[in-house]
Amino acid sequence: MMQTIDHSSALAAMMNAATGAATTLAAAEGPKVELALLGLFAAPLFFAALVALFKESVAKWIALTGTLFCALIFLAPWLRFDSADAAAWQFSVQAKWIEPLGITLHLGADAVSLLLIGLTCVLGPIVVSCAFSAVTERQKTFYAWLLVLQAATVGVFSARDVILFYACFEFTLIPMFILISLYGSDAEKRGKAAIKFFLYTFTGSLVTLAGVLYVAWQHAQMNAGVWNFDIDALSATARTLPAGTQAWVLVALLAGFAVKVPLFPFHTWLPLAHTEAPTAGSVILAGTLLKLGTYGLYRFALPFAPVAVVEYAGWIAAVCVVGILYGGLICWVQRDVKKLVAYSSVAHLGFCILGLVALNTTGMTGSVMYMVNHGLSTGALFLLIGMMYERLHTRDMRQIGGLAAYMPIWATMMVFFTMSSVGLPGLNGFIGEFLCLMGAFQASDAWAAGGFAIPGATGGGVGPYVAAIAGVGMIIAAIYLLYMLGSVVFGPLVLPKGHEAHGGGHGRGHDSGGHGSGGHGPDSHGHGSGGGLPRDLNFREIALLTPLVILCVWMGVYPKYFTSRLEGAVNAQAAIMNQAIEEVRESRAADAGAGVGVLIPAADMPVAEVTAAELTAGEAVTVQEAGR
Amino acid sequence: MMDRLAFLWPEITLFIGTCVVMVLGLSPRPALRRLCAPVCIIALAIAGYQAATTTPEGVHLTASAGQLLLPSMPAFIKVLVAIVGILMALLMAGTVDRQEEKEIAAGTRRFDALRTNRAEFWAFFLFSLTGLMLCASADDLIWLFLALELTSLPTYILVTISSARNRAREAGVKYFFLGALGAAIFLYGFAMLYGGTGSTNLNVINQHFQTNGINAIAMAGLLLSFIGICFKIAAVPMHFYTADVYEGASSPVSAFLAFVPKTAGMVAILLLAAAAGWTYSTGTSAHGLAGFGALATATPTETGQSLPEALRLTIWVVAALTMTVGNVLALWQTSVKRMLAYSSIAHSGYMLVGVIAGPGTGEFGSSGVSAVMLYLLCYGVMNLGAFAVIACLERPAKVTDSKSGVGEESEPSEADSIEDLRGLWKSRPGLAAIMVISSLGLLGFPPLLGFWGKYPLFSAGISSGEIILVLVLAVNSAISAFYYLRLVTVPFLSAPVEGVEPAAVTPFRTRIAAGALSAGGVIVLSIVVGSLMQRSQQAGEVGAFLPEAMLVEPSLDTPISPPAADADRTDATIETTGRLETPQANAAGQR
Repeated sequence: MMQTIDHSSALAAMMNAATGAATTLAAAEGPKVELALLGLFAAPLFFAALVALFKESVAKWIALTGTLFCALIFLAPWLRFDSADAAAWQFSVQAKWIEPLGITLHLGADAVSLLLIGLTCVLGPIVVSCAFSAVTERQKTFYAWLLVLQAATVGVFSARDVILFYACFEFTLIPMFILISLYGSDAEKRGKAAIKFFLYTFTGSLVTLAGVLYVAWQHAQMNAGVWNFDIDALSATARTLPAGTQAWVLVALLAGFAVKVPLFPFHTWLPLAHTEAPTAGSVILAGTLLKLGTYGLYRFALPFAPVAVVEYAGWIAAVCVVGILYGGLICWVQRDVKKLVAYSSVAHLGFCILGLVALNTTGMTGSVMYMVNHGLSTGALFLLIGMMYERLHTRDMRQIGGLAAYMPIWATMMVFFTMSSVGLPGLNGFIGEFLCLMGAFQASDAWAAGGFAIPGATGGGVGPYVAAIAGVGMIIAAIYLLYMLGSVVFGPLVLPKGHEAHGGGHGRGHDSGGHGSGGHGPDSHGHGSGGGLPRDLNFREIALLTPLVILCVWMGVYPKYFTSRLEGAVNAQAAIMNQAIEEVRESRAADAGAGVGVLIPAADMPVAEVTAAELTAGEAVTVQEAGR
Repeated sequence: MMDRLAFLWPEITLFIGTCVVMVLGLSPRPALRRLCAPVCIIALAIAGYQAATTTPEGVHLTASAGQLLLPSMPAFIKVLVAIVGILMALLMAGTVDRQEEKEIAAGTRRFDALRTNRAEFWAFFLFSLTGLMLCASADDLIWLFLALELTSLPTYILVTISSARNRAREAGVKYFFLGALGAAIFLYGFAMLYGGTGSTNLNVINQHFQTNGINAIAMAGLLLSFIGICFKIAAVPMHFYTADVYEGASSPVSAFLAFVPKTAGMVAILLLAAAAGWTYSTGTSAHGLAGFGALATATPTETGQSLPEALRLTIWVVAALTMTVGNVLALWQTSVKRMLAYSSIAHSGYMLVGVIAGPGTGEFGSSGVSAVMLYLLCYGVMNLGAFAVIACLERPAKVTDSKSGVGEESEPSEADSIEDLRGLWKSRPGLAAIMVISSLGLLGFPPLLGFWGKYPLFSAGISSGEIILVLVLAVNSAISAFYYLRLVTVPFLSAPVEGVEPAAVTPFRTRIAAGALSAGGVIVLSIVVGSLMQRSQQAGEVGAFLPEAMLVEPSLDTPISPPAADADRTDATIETTGRLETPQANAAGQR
């Protein structure tokens, strides 16, 4: 206890926050740590209201204080989390909301939720400070909605009530819609991008709502007509549904979450939204909003319809692999750096879902780690591209080259985060990717239970093949990212037209707006370089990238700190899935026994391992024999 | 007959208000003429209070007075009508006689009682709302027919005199003829219902159906009545007039049309559905006899949770078509009023899902009737906000020479195109905010009011096993996002067109107030939606089926004496009779 307080106080001092925040944190760490999640949900809203009330010029400072404050509060649940009981909801708070429907405001966090809430809280101040120089108009609107977005995201990750989850999930659309449509880079296209983003996700999630309500109705029928939307209660009910019904529930859930992830082939909104979004929007989109979909799959699709998931896991994995390769190949031909990173998200999240549908502990741990890793490294890449765009006003790789010569810090960071994204061992990307592939490698049995196996092969070992093909995706990722690095960072210096010719005032004009007003250390950094040559990162930009660097190294070097926390939660999930795998095997074996079981020639394998594919093969043999 | 008076205090108040307004509106003194709207608002407020306190509910009903099918519905609907009616009255300001009043004020014209429309306008406004309240109280087919027509007939005239433009007259005529057609169809249906059951009393009809099943004539009557009333709610086979009439009428009157006849129609449909009863099991009729003949009759079953199959199928098809046609056609509109007209068609389709779902197990989540009640409230508030924005915008009158400057040209034209909303956020942030909130509400975006309205429709539909219809509803909600988002983005994002003057704001402040109130209502009501749901759950309760002995001989005029064995009912009757003598005092004692 003492240690935790010391730790947080030290951090508080380090982050140079107001002393009031530290006192509040100390108070929150007392018996009231349960309220921390509520604080994380409510504080951004409170600060958003402050932003709306105060003057335009202080909006960004209020927003920064608010997000830093949230990051500080987050330390309380993070440090007090009981890893031994990681699968259980902790720090729960419950309040009445809409009684006639049994809907409650019920917050809580298990290990997975907490990790993603942490990601949201860490990215919060970074996103706010990255917009200091980029957003000069309508600042109040911008920062207020940014804070609302953070509240909604925390709400999604900490909701224990399905309707609360749904409301927050949907509500993230409004702030993001506004961020893209008002602050996007291209005045012509940004409206279209925002609408496309909105419509895609809104359509999918309505079907998801219908699916969830269907489960809730089944629950009400089994419980004397009392409606309840508690996630645990509903998932317990959903698991008792017959396989055919579960399949429909899974389809309904996938409709919303697969679009949000986005899983190939529902990804078409993503590159457009990313390209048009302002830097802050892209970082949030890649960092946390895409995780809403993966989290939804983890939290709802798997435990709500385990049998159906087992039946179709192999096919979903196949779709993921297609997405990995397709996304990678598209990246390869991109000329717009931001679009390249956007498409790389499609490929990366393919890995993430591949790990999830491997249905074993390894794969699911990898998947959750990947969610965080992707948020950090892709978020950082978007930040770096945003910084470059602020200086050069283009993202076209053909017009840019050799920036390392003039922006060494930027170039270092770029290389660092690209390596993290590629999955260089020792950095965070590697651990998630490796675990996901490892999970897929071991998933043969799970997939074979659902009939996804190579016909005729013993045991239907399709896992290694899937993992191998996905591994090709890793190579493609290395190719396109390194190719991008080689073109933008290294090589001869190429600058877009106009930038060589202008005087120093040009660069200054765009850039000095944000950090000039703050007490952010040496302001003059980089201004000395003559001509229109791009200046290197200033103190603010370095400061906001540093925590990401630290986290990337930390997660890469000592991932056990994170994975050991996840263990309990993921094991519980894996237990559910194992049970479902057994169920599917038994029911398939029973079907086979009733139908063509007599015809199986070889009796030396246990019934549980008999797959449909083998049965088909066996049947074929028998038919041939009969023909003779 | 006297028992029924207990239901009618709000209507009586409104009628007194109507008489006062009719006289006031003809006064040569402008100050008195201007009192019309305040008198309407006061009358509505009193009527709403009376509806909340005096309308008999639940145990205070007897079989001879008031329908026992949806016993708590009348009070809810009447209060709702009063509240939305007050907002409507605010919105209606300055609709009639605008140019004339201006000229009188300027001294260029003398007041002429024959020319002025103000008295008629406000009187018909109240008449229509009276009709709507009467619809809610109806327990008899004849009463229901008269109430529906009392709701509709004044709206034909409201449309015609709402604006000096010829389009309003065209819209009025079109509305009248198609309305008369609809009325003829459902009157025919009512007649067949009488033929099939031998009574016009809804309680008796219900009793007859529960005991003897529905015969072919009565079933035909039910179907025809439903189709005819579809005109009132602008559902698909009878929806053709909607866009033209809404566009032709002035915006406040369009807002009125989108709520008042629709509510009357939904109430009537609910009453008819409740008379048929949700006590048939799906598909049973197909088992016994073969084919079409079996569909035309139905027998209630013990375990049934559904409308008779033929009626269910009809409403199902109408609901699915209505949603889809409304939403898809709304996509192509460039006029905001036409867009809202088609969206109002779609909303009728949504509500029909609740009618099919029926009362379910009585829990709020599974009760479609409660869902319809709540949705009517949500829709009334949100829709008014969207129309209010359009009503607040106008293009200045074209200057014509003073000799011929009468009528058409001299009235400011409406800013109705979606282009007129461009850049509204910059020029009129308040109006733009109202538009954004109302549109997102109508879209059903959580956590705004529309979501909480649509949510029970989803859950009730699923509860009654209508999964496919719920999916149609979900897909349609998604389609509606396309055009509602236009109403959000155009004011918010698009820059005004160069060289085009932005639309001016109407001088009538109360219109803005109506919009602001409804937008505020969308937000406030979505916070307190839990208590609204409780209210609508009560309102959607379906009465217990009557003991057969209570309805031996249907007679309209003599109250049936309750059987002595039914002690509860006897008490209730006595209480009701007691109430009748001193309704106010009794009501006060009750609360």
